[in-house]
Amino acid sequence: MTPIQRKIARHKSLDRFFAFEGLTVMIVALLVLLALVGQLMFDGLTRLSWQFLTSFPSRFPAQAGIVSAWVGTILVMLVTALAAIPLGVGAAIYLEEYAPNNWATELIEINIANLAGVPSIVYGLMALGLLVYQFHLGQSFLTAGLTLGMLILPMVIIATREAIRSVPPYVREAAYALGATKWQTVRDHVVPYSMGSILTGMILALSRAVGETAPLITVGALSFIAFLPHPPWQEAFPFVSFEWLFDPFTVMPIQMFNWVSRPQEEFHVNAAAAGLILLAMTLAMNAVAIVIRARFRKRIHW
Amino acid sequence: MEANVVEMPVEQKAVCMSRPSRFAPRLQERAIERLLQLAAFASVAITFGIVGVLAYESVLFFQEVSIADFLTDRQWTPLFADAHYGILPLVSGTLVTTLVALLVAIPMGSLIAIYLSEYASRKVRECVKPALELLSAVPTVVYGYFALLFVTPALQHIWPGLPGFNMLSAGLVIGFMIVPYVSSVSEDAMRAVPTYLREGAFALGATRMQTALRVVFPSALSGITAAYVLGVSRAIGETMVVAIAAGMQPTLTLNPLEPAATMTAYIVQVSLGDVPHGSVGYRTIFATGLMLLSMTLLFNIAGHVLKKRYRQVY
Repeated sequence: MTPIQRKIARHKSLDRFFAFEGLTVMIVALLVLLALVGQLMFDGLTRLSWQFLTSFPSRFPAQAGIVSAWVGTILVMLVTALAAIPLGVGAAIYLEEYAPNNWATELIEINIANLAGVPSIVYGLMALGLLVYQFHLGQSFLTAGLTLGMLILPMVIIATREAIRSVPPYVREAAYALGATKWQTVRDHVVPYSMGSILTGMILALSRAVGETAPLITVGALSFIAFLPHPPWQEAFPFVSFEWLFDPFTVMPIQMFNWVSRPQEEFHVNAAAAGLILLAMTLAMNAVAIVIRARFRKRIHW
Repeated sequence: MEANVVEMPVEQKAVCMSRPSRFAPRLQERAIERLLQLAAFASVAITFGIVGVLAYESVLFFQEVSIADFLTDRQWTPLFADAHYGILPLVSGTLVTTLVALLVAIPMGSLIAIYLSEYASRKVRECVKPALELLSAVPTVVYGYFALLFVTPALQHIWPGLPGFNMLSAGLVIGFMIVPYVSSVSEDAMRAVPTYLREGAFALGATRMQTALRVVFPSALSGITAAYVLGVSRAIGETMVVAIAAGMQPTLTLNPLEPAATMTAYIVQVSLGDVPHGSVGYRTIFATGLMLLSMTLLFNIAGHVLKKRYRQVY
């Protein structure tokens, strides 16, 4: 073998080794995910039962359940969605369709990019100082929902902007040519055509909010709530009640955190079971997002 | 143009037929624009809220504790009778866990990104990317459980003396958590490198590895830096994993095998207790939060500078 052939052979085997290494690392990362799910299932699957889903927390691990936690998660998500989605979509439409090219717009852009990098617990501190003690909203569903709403607002804005940007300019020009005003163009064309990606972004943002724990601890979530909030309906006119907004709250990740941080192993089993349900919630939301994205992508060909 | 297949709204708005005056729609248009503008400025209001609250409470805090003590005292015992307010132990805890996390996430994330962008077939990439992104979709409290009850016991087989709470397992788990952030952004950056650069390298006889490491990676360095910075700020701000698995004891140590509280874990600890509103103890969490925010901001600015420096234009 000539020296040059030897050199080539060496580089080729290095190349193969490098490829192998990359593949191994990738498989390790995926195995970690599998190990995590496996460990949760191994610890928690036996604890999952109807009783677990319908019981309140308790001092006795075998009697404890997560009903106040999952009801709380759904209600908090409701407030979060109602706060973040209109605001985020509105801001995105403004930035993409209306905003002039000036310093104020630049300020908003830089601001959104920076907000996305702020640690989530800092949002919790802000909500504690502002919502709880300045606006006196209390440590309630309303405060929790608004906190998470502010947390996911940058995500909603960024996702919606990307969706709107993918609508080609000739669609707008066609609408203008037919005499549509700017808002008519946006409402009847730009937003409907980008609805798939917007929805995907919303669901992913909410799935992030479902798992958030730190800001809600800071705001003052309780982990031992042995009652359900006021129902959102009532007998008399106007039939809807907003009293639940001001009830003390707990959510799934808070309940899980509480159980993990106890020394008794029986509570760790409960934590694993709660973790399984939490994981199922977030993964299901991610799956729905992927399906929506795929379906809308198939229907639209520019 | 290939007509898009989303159905047109069936009932066409009868605006052009029955316009009452030339004025009304314009007024409506303007009102809507103002409303949307207001929504956009809401995000600025949030920033003002964050900075305002942290600054206000911190100013009150620093009226009672000198800034010099805060930055140089080596003890953090604000809730004890003998109160010391030195942030250093919390900062060291944060830095150690972040460092451990980065030692996992940066090599792994970069290698995965190189593999996916330079070696993997389209099919593999399309399957692996969403699967990896699921890693970052898992709630952090679940990662905390995993760190405390799976990784720590596993590590205790290797180091029998390892305490039940330690920064190593928390850092490792945070590292795995941020791998997808690093890999997905780096991969996008590498795929944006034009193909002719690769073809040039191949034409000179370079292997795929040489091309990846000496041509593609340096050309994509700007975007890769952005990925690393994203990873760093995630690791610094991560709360639940450290609060569950790294312990709550503020200790000034750089040894990852020891338990120590981070800044975020301290905020959680105080929030779980019943420190009265308006006391110095209550204000410590805002001063800590301000420190945390400043550190992430610092890294973000550094990242921005590096990103600009390495930017390549094709």
